[in-house]
Amino acid sequence: MDLLNGVMSLDLGDGIMFLIAAGLVYLAVVKGYEPMLLLPIGFGAILANIPLAAEEGLRPLHILREIGIGTELFPLLVFTGVGAMIDFGPLLKNPRMLLFGGAAQFGIFMTLSVAVLMGFSLKEAAAIGIIGAADGPTAIFVANKFAKDLVAPITVAAYTYMALVPIIQPPVIRLLTTKAERRIRMDFYEQPVSKKVKILFPIIVTFIAGLIAPASVSLVGFLMFGNLLRESGVTDRLSKSAQNELVNIVTILLGITIGSTMTAESFLNLQTLMIIGMGLFAFVFDSAGGIIFAKVMNLFSKNKINPMVGAAGISAFPMAARVIQREAQIADPTNFLLMHAVSANVGGQIASIVAGGLILALIH
Amino acid sequence: MSELLIESFKVMGMGMLGIFVVVAIFYGTIVGLGKVFPADKE
Repeated sequence: MDLLNGVMSLDLGDGIMFLIAAGLVYLAVVKGYEPMLLLPIGFGAILANIPLAAEEGLRPLHILREIGIGTELFPLLVFTGVGAMIDFGPLLKNPRMLLFGGAAQFGIFMTLSVAVLMGFSLKEAAAIGIIGAADGPTAIFVANKFAKDLVAPITVAAYTYMALVPIIQPPVIRLLTTKAERRIRMDFYEQPVSKKVKILFPIIVTFIAGLIAPASVSLVGFLMFGNLLRESGVTDRLSKSAQNELVNIVTILLGITIGSTMTAESFLNLQTLMIIGMGLFAFVFDSAGGIIFAKVMNLFSKNKINPMVGAAGISAFPMAARVIQREAQIADPTNFLLMHAVSANVGGQIASIVAGGLILALIH
Repeated sequence: MSELLIESFKVMGMGMLGIFVVVAIFYGTIVGLGKVFPADKE
């Protein structure tokens, strides 16, 4: 009879969680949405909801949760890999686009206030708002500091919406811009960037961010350390390891560990639904913030900016830039905004981490 | 609740201001570095 204990312990909550886990695996395998994260998360959720086994057989995952997420180690190691992958060149050639990275963080703070209105504490609201950073490791890092119990739904919402950027952004763009605005052409001048600038940039950014928002120094520092490995030109092996082996191994562990926290008791509640809803709200207002900021800049600028470029200021790279280019070509097949959009998108990657650091610094 | 909401608006204001201050400093840094180390001198 012992063999049937597991079967007899299955309940409706487990069943619903298996469906959710299957949904995540489906999105990863069939739709190709953020498969690197959603597949391990989905499988981790299956493991977490097998009755009895979840309590008795998953000690290794509990240990990984403590040492990898509890200490914020996993998101920071992922940042090292991401930093090694990022080429800041497009931003260094066109630094004005960094402004859109800043403006497109508006959704984070708007969502924070909405979450407070819906009854969440300020720290929980900040953790939910950070979904709008469109930056998985930052979302995990901040959520783990402020609302450990909400890490799983926040992570799932962040990665799912990042994958859905091509579906979320176009309606927002079309709602907030006229066809004439979407047809605005922007000249692009290729400004060469010296190697010294590429090497000094990550060091100086870490220094400045650390001084202004000390809480952000690990977030910014690990990202910029990875970038320094890439740009220094003398640590190719380390850079390649950070881009491949390190980030791959940590992503596997991070995904399955996050998934293992998705138990029916912790996930199936109204809070999770509210978090999923507010995550979408954050993404919409991030895009809107960037677009409206570009429109305001156009009031004072001689060289008009295509407002769609503002929406590329979210951190989801390179999806947001691709969406802008596609929308530009729909409005005018001969218009090319990709380089501007990529610059804004890279700016968003920096700004989202700064936003995470500022939230950590502002809320105690 | 209203105190918490006011606090959240403060975080919003300070956060967005902070982001633009940091972004402006980064912008100045990039422009400054570009002037000190122009690519055509390499």
